[in-house]
Amino acid sequence: MEIEILTCGDSALTLQVGDRIDPQVAARVRALCRALGQIPGLELVPTYCGVTVHYDPLVRDDAEVRALVRLKAGEAGAEGEASPEYFELPVCYGGELGPDLPQLAAHCGLSEREVVDIHSGGQYLIYMLGFTPGFPYMGGMDKRIAMPRLETPRAHIPWGSVGIAGEQTGVYPSVSPGGWRLIGRTPLRLFDPKAGRTLLRAGMLLRFRPISRAEYDALAGGDRP
Amino acid sequence: MIEIVSKGLLTTVQDMGRRGHQPSGVPVCGAMDWQALAAANILAGNPMDEAALEITGLGPELVFHEANIFAVSGGDFDMSLDGAPIAVGRAYVAPRGARLKIGAARAGFRACLAFCGGLDIPVVLGSRSTCLTAGFGGHEGRPLAAGDRIGFRAPQTWLPALERRAWAYPLAQKARVRAVPGPQDAAFSPEGMATFFSGVYTITAESNRMGYRTAGPEIAYKPGCGPNIISDGIAPGAVQVPNGRPIILMADRQTVGGYTKIATVITADLPVVAQLKPGDSLTFEPAEVAPAQAAYRAAVRRLRSLAFELDAAGPEW
Repeated sequence: MEIEILTCGDSALTLQVGDRIDPQVAARVRALCRALGQIPGLELVPTYCGVTVHYDPLVRDDAEVRALVRLKAGEAGAEGEASPEYFELPVCYGGELGPDLPQLAAHCGLSEREVVDIHSGGQYLIYMLGFTPGFPYMGGMDKRIAMPRLETPRAHIPWGSVGIAGEQTGVYPSVSPGGWRLIGRTPLRLFDPKAGRTLLRAGMLLRFRPISRAEYDALAGGDRP
Repeated sequence: MIEIVSKGLLTTVQDMGRRGHQPSGVPVCGAMDWQALAAANILAGNPMDEAALEITGLGPELVFHEANIFAVSGGDFDMSLDGAPIAVGRAYVAPRGARLKIGAARAGFRACLAFCGGLDIPVVLGSRSTCLTAGFGGHEGRPLAAGDRIGFRAPQTWLPALERRAWAYPLAQKARVRAVPGPQDAAFSPEGMATFFSGVYTITAESNRMGYRTAGPEIAYKPGCGPNIISDGIAPGAVQVPNGRPIILMADRQTVGGYTKIATVITADLPVVAQLKPGDSLTFEPAEVAPAQAAYRAAVRRLRSLAFELDAAGPEW
């Protein structure tokens, strides 16, 4: 596989395999990660168009890392991927948990039901995690349910909130301020530091499964922000 | 155990950072000044990467509920133990009930306060560092406050060569920071690169553990290029230019970002940056990777020699 190596100081390199956000480039990124994963001592961060490789200069030097990544990239095939990894995220849409759903539906000239059907009918490729622990950068949202973000962001968005901002949809893993239009909420913790667990990964295909408020409460258990 | 009496400006539990979780969007965090952490730990008889308290600007006051050895390294902070002045850069024994007061820094901005045997702080995702932005790790995911108590894992009142456990931290007189061009150096014009490597940049008040914002001469892009890129990964010391001026990204930086990065500060000079405070100025010098890595290894070797010399000490006569 062709890679362009960009120098990120004395403890990292970025390997670029494309120049746009699309599923084909994402597939190359995944293939490159699989190949580089065979090299011990590297921390690999997949991003939209490449992989940033972090290493310890006390253990390996620049020349060695460049030689190893070139070797593994050369062996990496762009195809050869097993079936995609799906992840189904239960979401309770609307009501108290999706306060912006009515305005978004009105803005898009759809009923709330139609917005939920469109949003939960899609599958979303996770390109990378970042911004905050566990937060997925996803593509593939239907433009019919797009709406610009709030002009004045909320100071406090509950964790697990599912929202839309422009043509992007996302899920907030933790409480934070934000300008997304909130249409629902998942009871699952995307990031749980005490359990040492992040639910999502780059390369997964995410689907949203509508659930009732009763099922939300049952899955959330005593887990409240 | 220590108890915080007064919290100082920003005091957090930090070790050398959280590795292996950046793919999940978890920032590395850890000490802003790795050299100060390593040195304080060596003087206190610990492995270099043991968790310590990172002190910023104005230090905390704390009480020792158990005797232990401690040491501070980094900026030149005004300190006293039970009212008697003590110095940064050497190990001391604090008896039970002793009061340690760390005031303002006469030079530098940050220091690490290490305790022999380390702190009783849970390891979360492989590290004891505090992730302030996501609110986890360290002591309850937040800065220390008055009334907080933290236990010692293995306190001691004796170490080999106690009287010789001292090291003068090399505070830079002039902040000249070496940086390797890239990853998006190609987006800048030759004039822009020249401005970056010759301009004097002043740290602004909008600076914190995520990064240092600066004021100074505007850096020009190549025609047709601008500050936005498709988000990619971010190395420690990466210098982003979202708006004509450099922002140096530090310990709590996000793992990915969408602005052009003109250069990356070398690991050996991250401690120089960490000792800067708002109002201070710096200049950047071009560097290449191989000499940068050599400089880092040399600095670590000096610290390892210090550790060996202190801890391998035989009986004194």
